[in-house]
Amino acid sequence: MGHDEYQRHDAKILTPSFIVLLTLTLIGFGLIALRFIKGIGAVSNMSDGYPWGIWITYDVATGTAIACGGYAMAILIYIRNHMHYHPMIRSAILTSMFGYGLAGFSVMVDVGRPWNSYNFFIPSKWQANSAMFEVALCVMAYTTVLLLEFLPAVLTTLEKTEWKTLQYMLDKLHQRTGINRPERLDERLESVKEVAAWLKPRLDKVLIFVIVLGITLPTMHQSSLGSLLLIASTKVHPLWHTGFLPLLFLINCMFIGYSIAILESVISCYAFKRPFETKELSGLARIVPWLTVIWLTVVIGDLAWRGQLMAALSFDFYSRFFLLEFCLVAGGSMLLFSGRKRESIRWLFASAALIVLGGALYRFNVYLIGFNPGKGWHYFPSLAELLITVGIVAFEILGYQVLVKILPVLPKLHTRQQLDAATEHVDTSAEHVVAEKA
Amino acid sequence: MKKPSRRDFLKIMGASGAALLAGRAGAEASESHAVNNDTLGMLYDATKCVGCKACMSACKKVNSDYGSLAFERAKFDSDGLWDAPEDLSGSTRTLIKLFKESDKQWSYVKYSCMHCQKPSCVSVCPVSAMTRDKITGTVDYNKDACIGCRYCQIACAFNIPKFQWDKAIPQIVKCDLCKNTNLVKKGITACAEVCPVGAISFGKRKELLEEANKRLRENPGKYINHIYGEKEVGGANHLYLSAMQFNKLGLPVLAEAAPAEFSEKIQHTIYKGFIAPVALYGTLCFVALKNIKGHGAAAKHSETDEKGASDHGA
Repeated sequence: MGHDEYQRHDAKILTPSFIVLLTLTLIGFGLIALRFIKGIGAVSNMSDGYPWGIWITYDVATGTAIACGGYAMAILIYIRNHMHYHPMIRSAILTSMFGYGLAGFSVMVDVGRPWNSYNFFIPSKWQANSAMFEVALCVMAYTTVLLLEFLPAVLTTLEKTEWKTLQYMLDKLHQRTGINRPERLDERLESVKEVAAWLKPRLDKVLIFVIVLGITLPTMHQSSLGSLLLIASTKVHPLWHTGFLPLLFLINCMFIGYSIAILESVISCYAFKRPFETKELSGLARIVPWLTVIWLTVVIGDLAWRGQLMAALSFDFYSRFFLLEFCLVAGGSMLLFSGRKRESIRWLFASAALIVLGGALYRFNVYLIGFNPGKGWHYFPSLAELLITVGIVAFEILGYQVLVKILPVLPKLHTRQQLDAATEHVDTSAEHVVAEKA
Repeated sequence: MKKPSRRDFLKIMGASGAALLAGRAGAEASESHAVNNDTLGMLYDATKCVGCKACMSACKKVNSDYGSLAFERAKFDSDGLWDAPEDLSGSTRTLIKLFKESDKQWSYVKYSCMHCQKPSCVSVCPVSAMTRDKITGTVDYNKDACIGCRYCQIACAFNIPKFQWDKAIPQIVKCDLCKNTNLVKKGITACAEVCPVGAISFGKRKELLEEANKRLRENPGKYINHIYGEKEVGGANHLYLSAMQFNKLGLPVLAEAAPAEFSEKIQHTIYKGFIAPVALYGTLCFVALKNIKGHGAAAKHSETDEKGASDHGA
């Protein structure tokens, strides 16, 4: 497994979608500024009855599950020994990195007194009974691990770069304003390259221990995301409140992780006009239905054991959301049991989308839809609250789009055939500017 | 390439399921926490309350600086003459409400922190901002530790902790039994001190329970035969007597087991001594290293094969 499995996607950075995403990001961040000036109540519909709104439910509880692609791929490659999926991991890790980093950022927007967060590092304040404590430490650690896992991509680029963009900018600056290039700039840039070259093989040696840490930590905090709601036994509807919440959240994040890896691959191949990775994806898709079957079995078995099966079929408000979640996951999985459908990109995409939707709805059901603090409380997110979440997600996609164009992230197109297929697709317009960083 | 091994996978899932089941069994088998009746609390007798709200007023007067409390203006009150909170809030720690079923059937009710024996808010706070005093039993909040995550609000079965939604520097607000104010100065909570009809009694939990039982004994038929807070969620230090069903007064029907015991048992079983995570990490490292070595060897093998083949060809 070398670093030569990956390549930069050579394409323009300033695309129309870049502008749209940037606008959404700026709106979201503007509203975040408003939240810090005027308080959370000024932008959100959260209340003392519904103290956790979509920022926690989507950005944290669901967003980190959607960011489990890196986790799921790492298990597949390093633990279940399928090294031929290795070329797919870097883009999975990049999306995980954004997902987790921004989940952490959302938490800082959501909590009322973020300046006190340093208490997580003060042993006398530690509170091991709290699932939140475990989640917080684990998510912070995992975000660091993801950064380390992604570092080789940055180092490879640094090692080879000739700083063309920087040189070009400095020349322009010199022409326009007469400001001279800083002295000894070349030497300094050279030393950065040397450090990168020195660090990379050393990082490679210990990277596997970091990667395994990157498998252990999500196992811990994804189950703890379920444990968070264990205590709200009077508020979470009995369809979802069970001692198996940690186990259900763990399996849930795994099947979401594989499904999202499929979706990401299909979407990025489509958007970047690369050939589809059908063979790898159908292999991935084999695993998903087995996970969902275990998950669905635990769900039904648990409902039966607690005598809630009739409540699940009563077709009231809660039952409908339960059945919707159940059918989305079950429906998507049924499609994937068929070997023929697994060979088709359309079916793969459809079934993975159904499973991600169902799995995400499960998390919404536990955190928000099935959460009832008592009479008189209602919650539906405000526009500003939604726009903050949209802004954060837009930033995530934006970052992915830009980084795959400046760093070697996407799998290398190997064979002649793939190259031909790719060149057919490639936009032939003259403006096909190479991302200049290298 | 080996086909995906379902058996390995099922083994892992089975093991984690079994661990969780063991956790449940452990939770049911273990003893519950001990109730300490020497801790401080209050007894509110709804049949004595006349709804004068002197307690609400006194609470704000005494605690406003310490607890960051403020007056809440009603919509109709353009001059701002009255403090008219609609519910407990980031400005109000205690509140009197009237429940009126008919002209003859009505009751006042007072809301404030229940000061549970096994408080959920303390159990869930990630940074120990919510604490329960071992001697007095008072559940207290420290804004200098609080990160504002509001998990205490999610966890509290009585919906007591309130958040200051309208402030850029918000905090959680709840009753602390005048721990730093009236209790220090006068040895009694402000609300109990000012109550003109003795509807609020302050004292040790065992004395309050005795008094409540005495009233139930001596006035047959006057009260619902239940002391609310005696057994609910593992016992609370704020106790209620009433002539009307407690759930009608906004006091939820709750089981006797403390929710915090249930969640802590599961969490402790998974993380006992941090053995499981370390074991998981160790095992995964072993498997991953083995796989990588195997892959390296295979790669080398195939390289030499190719070389051999090309030599042969040459």
